[in-house]
Amino acid sequence: MTDHLLEVRDLSVEFHTAAGTVRAVQNVSWHLDRGETLAILGESGSGKSVSALAVMNLIDMPPGRITSGTILLNGRDMLTMTPEERRQINGATIAMIFQDPLAHLNPVYTVGWQIAEMMTTHGQPGDRARARALELLGRVGIPDPDAAMKKYPHEFSGGQRQRLMIAMALACKPDILIADEPTTALDVTVQAQVLALLEELQQETGMGLLLITHDLGVVAEIADRVVVMNAGEIVETGNAAEVYHNPQHPYTRKLIDAAPGKGQMPKERDRSGQPLLQAQKLQKHYGAFHALKGVDLTIMPGETVAVVGESGSGKSTLARAILRLDDPDGGRILYKGSDLMAMPPRDLFRLRRDLQMVFQDPTQSLNPRMTVFKLISEAWEIHPDILPKAQWKDRVAELLVKVGLTPEMAKRYPHQFSGGQRQRIAIARALAMEPKLIVCDEAVSALDVSIQAQVIQLLDGLRREFGLSYLFIAHDLPVVRDFADRVIVMKSGRIVEEGTVRQIFEDPVQPYTRALLAASLDPDPQVQAARRHAREELEQRIPA
Amino acid sequence: MSDTRIQVPVVAEKGRIGTWLSMLWADKLAFLAALFLLIALLCAILGPWLMGDIATKQNLRGRNAPPFDLSRGWAYVLGADALGRPLLARIVVAARVTLLVAASAVAASAIVGCVLGLIAGYSRKRAAQWIMRLGDVIMSFPSLLLAVIVLYMLEPSVANIVLVLAITRIPVYLRTTRAEVLEVRERMFVSAAKVMGASDSRIIFRHILPVVLPTLVTIATLDFAFVMLAESSLSFLGIGIQPPEISWGLMVAQGRQYLTTAWWLSFWPGLAIILTTLSLNLLSNWMRIALDPAQRWRLEMKGRKND
Repeated sequence: MTDHLLEVRDLSVEFHTAAGTVRAVQNVSWHLDRGETLAILGESGSGKSVSALAVMNLIDMPPGRITSGTILLNGRDMLTMTPEERRQINGATIAMIFQDPLAHLNPVYTVGWQIAEMMTTHGQPGDRARARALELLGRVGIPDPDAAMKKYPHEFSGGQRQRLMIAMALACKPDILIADEPTTALDVTVQAQVLALLEELQQETGMGLLLITHDLGVVAEIADRVVVMNAGEIVETGNAAEVYHNPQHPYTRKLIDAAPGKGQMPKERDRSGQPLLQAQKLQKHYGAFHALKGVDLTIMPGETVAVVGESGSGKSTLARAILRLDDPDGGRILYKGSDLMAMPPRDLFRLRRDLQMVFQDPTQSLNPRMTVFKLISEAWEIHPDILPKAQWKDRVAELLVKVGLTPEMAKRYPHQFSGGQRQRIAIARALAMEPKLIVCDEAVSALDVSIQAQVIQLLDGLRREFGLSYLFIAHDLPVVRDFADRVIVMKSGRIVEEGTVRQIFEDPVQPYTRALLAASLDPDPQVQAARRHAREELEQRIPA
Repeated sequence: MSDTRIQVPVVAEKGRIGTWLSMLWADKLAFLAALFLLIALLCAILGPWLMGDIATKQNLRGRNAPPFDLSRGWAYVLGADALGRPLLARIVVAARVTLLVAASAVAASAIVGCVLGLIAGYSRKRAAQWIMRLGDVIMSFPSLLLAVIVLYMLEPSVANIVLVLAITRIPVYLRTTRAEVLEVRERMFVSAAKVMGASDSRIIFRHILPVVLPTLVTIATLDFAFVMLAESSLSFLGIGIQPPEISWGLMVAQGRQYLTTAWWLSFWPGLAIILTTLSLNLLSNWMRIALDPAQRWRLEMKGRKND
């Protein structure tokens, strides 16, 4: 039997917590060969990162404990090695890149120094390390490498930082690169570029690439083989295309079905009558930065308008301006024909009820020191005319049931819920106001795919039940496809293209919209291969 | 990353006081601290009434009597001071003035500093600038010098000492509160409250203050010690507590000249100061956990050790 480059056999890891022992992974086995890309796919809490952390010796022990299994690197068991031997392997033979590059780059050193340090700690002389760092910066596509060597991490964009991390990981020419959610924090177009870079580098160096992700699209784009994990166990392994087209395990099937962008597109609706909300020529400056450069927007009653754009496009500023969280510098916002900007505070206060918001991260948008009951009933404390106090308890219970939770959860605090449940609480809180319009600012982008699908379903059901309108802000086009009536594509503070879902998805006019569509990843490996082909053609036609 | 969030079972209802007591019992050090503070408080309330006479009775034959000698009676177990007055009784009696001065000074400076800090942090108007500059002025002025000037002009009474100590400690709370408010006001749940139409006072008192408060309580307990020592240095200069009234700080100051021959004169009141602050600190540490819903399970586990 030939040895694999890296093999994990029957690995089990436990964590000791207050609630007892948590089995993070149980009897997990996988292997990685030279020149191969293996993806570990799973949702949060599935234990997908744990085996990689065990390989890198990054599990804190205690509370963690490896209870069984072996990790073989070129046939040698890593778990019996001395700490010094493990340290020699980390960085030199196995390197790792993380989701949030800013958190992993030291802000007080120049990036050139940091990349070179990677090599000097593994025994290379300083001048040679610096020469190689310069070469690497050029290789990963950082413009003007000479100047970049002397810059600090904050001077780079998110995508460039991830490139820096890759350069750092490659410094010692590792045999194995572990990438833990490398593109989750990046915009779609940047994500495509970073994945392409990883693939290129892999072909060049012949290293094994272990990719940990929650995104079927990333798997389709780059992986040769995939390991699907759920609740600490491997449910399925196999060739990426085979697993997608012929999933064996019910969990895999559920995961594939939950991937957005496959449902029916909604029918076009009649847009006559008085609009619910209108924004006219909205302007907003932050110092010299022009965040909104004259944005027009119309939402009809019962309509869902999606605003899609990459980070920095001004989409969140638009949401905050409409709710008057940050007042715009110019333009008008009309709600049922009356101007929100010119309104006296008392009328605005009454209007607050009609316009509600669901935020991106429910962990931060729910006050951690309030129980669910208090969080939801605060709406009625502020607006006492909605509901008399005697009915609060029943109404909270009713709302919790409506969003798919149970009434007895009202006594708990936000930290006792999972991310998806927290977002449901935030939705219940918005519903407590009996609003007409809910602004969802990236309301599902922090959630797992299967949870994402459930929350969108919930929002869709509520729309039909209460005749709500949504302004749905997202960076991801597929999410919007099954849900929105109209789509607005924004780029650097301007609306690039606007139209019905069908127009945008089937017949986009603007090159930017097309680039965005081409960059979004399809979960089907075959569709994705075709799409990549189309994207490469597009890139040749319009350079950057 | 593996998700190790914990679903805490809802603890059976057994009355609010019962729950708090059982949480206190769960942290043995905090329990001892609470016990010590309770005793100190009882001394402060009942001490002068029970031992007022013994504490002031001079006994020149027992000058600087050493501790752990029961031949003169139980009151002399900790020894006697330079005038032969029993130290144990004096410490018990001194608890009242000491705790009164420290507690009122800390409370006054914490409340004023916190309110000003909330205003300075939440409003972006000129008032905020004025408050901050005022804080800078107080901070840049040597606090002891300020105390000397004020107490020289006014009578060195307990009320004035409290006033001076409170003023000099205001900037600590002011700056901490403002810094925390500036951070908390940008959090998403504050935006969420604004979207609901919450008034400024609701946002400040319901959403911001509960997040800031644990930090302030921790600072206040540390400050308690500082204030007790500051009071003792004022007493040393002769503008603090005036004999025959006594405080622990004053007793430390009075014992200083006998330090080489009779260490117990300063040691016992010093120990009282240390134990009080230590207890306050332990208790505030416990309170920080008990008040935080996300941390409370640590105290509710009861016995189930996690190692």
